[in-house]
Amino acid sequence: MSTISLKVNGQMRRLDLDPSTPLLYALTDDLELRGPKFGCGLGQCGACTVIVKGQAIRSCITPVRSVEGAEITTLEGIGSIEKPHPLQKAFIEEQAAQCGFCLNGVILTAKALLDKNPRATDAEIQQGMSGVLCRCFANVRMLRAIKRAGQEMAR
Amino acid sequence: MRKPAMTPDARAALRGAGFSRRDFLRTSGALIVSFSLRKADAQFGFGPSTGSPAANQVDSWIAIAADGSVTAYSGKEELGQGIATAQQQLVAEELSVPFNRVTLLYCDTAMTPDQAYTAGSQSHPANFNRNNLGQAAATAREALFRMAAERLGVPADQLTASEGAISAKGDPSKRITYAQLVGGKKFSLGLNPNAKRKHPREWTVLGKPVQRPDLPGLVTGQFEFVHNVRLPGMLHGRVVRPPVVGATVVSVDESSVKDLPGVVKVVVKKNFVGVVAQKPWQAIQAANKLKVAWSAGSGLPSHADFYENLPKQKQTRDTLLVDSKDVEQKLGEAATVVKSTYYHPYQMHGSMGSSCAVADVQGDKATLWSPTQGVWYQKTTAAMVMGLKPENIHVIFRRGSGCYGLNGADTVTYDAALLSQAVGKPVRVQLTRKDEMAWENYGNAFVMEERAGLDAQGNIIAWDHEAWSPSLGNRPGPGTPGNVITGSLAGFAADAFSPRAASEPRAFNNGSNGVPSYMAGTIGGASHGTGTVRSERALVHNVASPFWTGPLRSPARLQNTFAHEGFMDELAARVKADPLAYRLHHLKDPRLIEVVKQAAKAANWEARPSPRPGNRKTGIAAGRGIACVLYEGDNGYSALVAEVEVNQDTGKVSVKRMVVCNDVGPVSNPDGLRNQIEGGALQGMSRALLEEVTWDEQKVTSVDWRTYQTLPLGFEVPKIETVLLDQPDEEATGAGETSITVAAAAIGNAIFDATGARLRQIPFTPERVKAALAARG
Ligand code: FES
Ligand code: FES
Repeated sequence: MSTISLKVNGQMRRLDLDPSTPLLYALTDDLELRGPKFGCGLGQCGACTVIVKGQAIRSCITPVRSVEGAEITTLEGIGSIEKPHPLQKAFIEEQAAQCGFCLNGVILTAKALLDKNPRATDAEIQQGMSGVLCRCFANVRMLRAIKRAGQEMAR
Repeated sequence: MRKPAMTPDARAALRGAGFSRRDFLRTSGALIVSFSLRKADAQFGFGPSTGSPAANQVDSWIAIAADGSVTAYSGKEELGQGIATAQQQLVAEELSVPFNRVTLLYCDTAMTPDQAYTAGSQSHPANFNRNNLGQAAATAREALFRMAAERLGVPADQLTASEGAISAKGDPSKRITYAQLVGGKKFSLGLNPNAKRKHPREWTVLGKPVQRPDLPGLVTGQFEFVHNVRLPGMLHGRVVRPPVVGATVVSVDESSVKDLPGVVKVVVKKNFVGVVAQKPWQAIQAANKLKVAWSAGSGLPSHADFYENLPKQKQTRDTLLVDSKDVEQKLGEAATVVKSTYYHPYQMHGSMGSSCAVADVQGDKATLWSPTQGVWYQKTTAAMVMGLKPENIHVIFRRGSGCYGLNGADTVTYDAALLSQAVGKPVRVQLTRKDEMAWENYGNAFVMEERAGLDAQGNIIAWDHEAWSPSLGNRPGPGTPGNVITGSLAGFAADAFSPRAASEPRAFNNGSNGVPSYMAGTIGGASHGTGTVRSERALVHNVASPFWTGPLRSPARLQNTFAHEGFMDELAARVKADPLAYRLHHLKDPRLIEVVKQAAKAANWEARPSPRPGNRKTGIAAGRGIACVLYEGDNGYSALVAEVEVNQDTGKVSVKRMVVCNDVGPVSNPDGLRNQIEGGALQGMSRALLEEVTWDEQKVTSVDWRTYQTLPLGFEVPKIETVLLDQPDEEATGAGETSITVAAAAIGNAIFDATGARLRQIPFTPERVKAALAARG
């Protein structure tokens, strides 16, 4: 056990945990955040995605010590029900979900992509989302929502 | 009586509905939370479960609070399929209140009526036709009209309702709200099967693309999945599954983890092994380090020839679906006999999130937060696993990752229950990806033989279908926890496999779509099928499976339809007929004919035989294929046209476009329906192209997303178009399993159209496509 400081969604949080703990558990259990999800624990599905330094990373395989002090953004951190991020808004407008378990990975991966390239083409979006899974296969709507959000973010 | 525990979110939902938990207990008819043990339930809950409100009482389904807000209680849960939204629309519609004045609570064994499973595309038939939730709302509405007539002194037929109030037609000054009439009180009324329902043509809330109320919470990370349930003092569990199939525990060395931080307890019950720790990461490390000596496994049959060997099994359980007794004779008379065998592998539910549950077992009482599709059966079977009385168990549904049938939801609930019982504290368990995939109840493998006789004009005069499918275990309820891995490890047997010879079919049952759409389905002189072929036989052999099996979305229906519709395409090709016209020629059900025609029309179907003339034998070739089904023989019509490109050099199949036409009766929520159709079509495409459970001599080897392939979000997604045939005068059917049932066949048929190569084994991997291309000569 040791004390680790994490900067999550703009707030400094001090946690007492084994520094080899994957970041995902610090977020979902120590901080009780609901955005990041455990899907595979193997870096294969994207469910656990968070944004660190503008990159979408997989928190299930990221030891908490490696992100100490870095700015960590989770799904909760990009918008709220009252003030949704353009991606969150677009996903509601397109009704782009079924069970919703994958949304964390889908939306945050898309955010990292669109922040760099809001005018991403369909092919670029598909390429950028090719490491993320949705087993309900809401793909058509999700890709449409990402495109729509990109248009708003580019404005 | 022990008060059912509630999570903060459930409390918030009740508060939002205008109830405090106390009001709720005092005033709502749905609150017959007594845990009295009825006789039937003593035998592990056969018949209605203990503690659930009676389904024949309005108060069990509908409560109107003092502020006029409506709470509806349902036994059909939201799994991501959109049914909560549709049910909320249903109640709003029948009661003439705005959509957002209704709160829907579902699947809590202490609070909502027992509706068995949420599965099998049965939620619409159960709650939207002439019974249950919809009928309760209609009965409540009639009661409100009677009360209003008395209070306003206006005959009921001179009254109209809107916005939760009833007023005299033409005199809005005579008006009384539901809150004034019954707010906070019970109806004390039985369900009236004759209460008048709103006709779909009058709908103002149903039939509209109402947005799902859960989405804002989902997209912002506020939504509480079962994975997010947190209780005071909650610990974290991890299970240790056998390393190979059939291995049993020889010994467990508890000292191997006793020095690890946070470890609370090692739990062993027969072959069930788990650890409990303070934190999840500690539980994971302890589970990894725990030294367990296992016996050798029982070994597995060779994968390479597994499917070919299925029809050679001696022990079979046979079901004859239809038999005109003249098939062999007619085949003997036929000008041409065509014969083919189709193969379908075991496939996984493969949920996005591995399964999770939270249990709080205190002494002889337990509360379980579970993503199960059957809370009432979870209650009776978890009771068996823990050795407790079912009436002392409270199961609360919390959404898990989309399950598409029997994923690890039930088994992980037993895991959590056993671990919590061992430590006397709340325990949360989430399976590893491997534990989920190696031990779930897979969708059934199938071998299907099709034979047909054609006359000199090319008409089908006889059709024979014979299938072999292995199974082991199934859904656990009401009394078989051994049907899933944890129950089995804890010492319970799965449903026994009992060989049986086929008996004469007494009634027509096409629930598994074993009977092709083109058979007449004649039993006792009456035809019940959708087709015209009168010389017919459909026979299914169930055999023992080395792996757990269970109902994966469109169980057996998809597999059978893949064979029937692929074979139908072969027959059309054999007589050089347009596959669409050839289908229509052998169909008689007008609604099935219509979805086929409308799908073809929307897809600009080009009438001609397959394969497509002029396609080259190398490089990329394009083609189109069609398939159709009346799902389960009575539960939704669907036809799908697929357009594909096949790279004949690499064997890669790219699906470019899918056009689906559905007729599922009156459409409750067109956008929700489209969402289900689109997701089903793509899931069907992923299953057709990639998905297959694999194994070696000892164990399953497809245990993650590298070894079990699935289409990612950003693959080349085909264009999907949906055509909805609304049928306001028909009954509502299911929809969630329609498009997936026809996807593989339509894609396979399109591959044939493009290349002349017939794919008879799923998945259509590049290797199989190349082999089929080589075989076409
Ligand atoms: S849970 Fe991290 S990638 Fe799957
Ligand atoms: S919506 Fe269920 S996994 Fe994507």
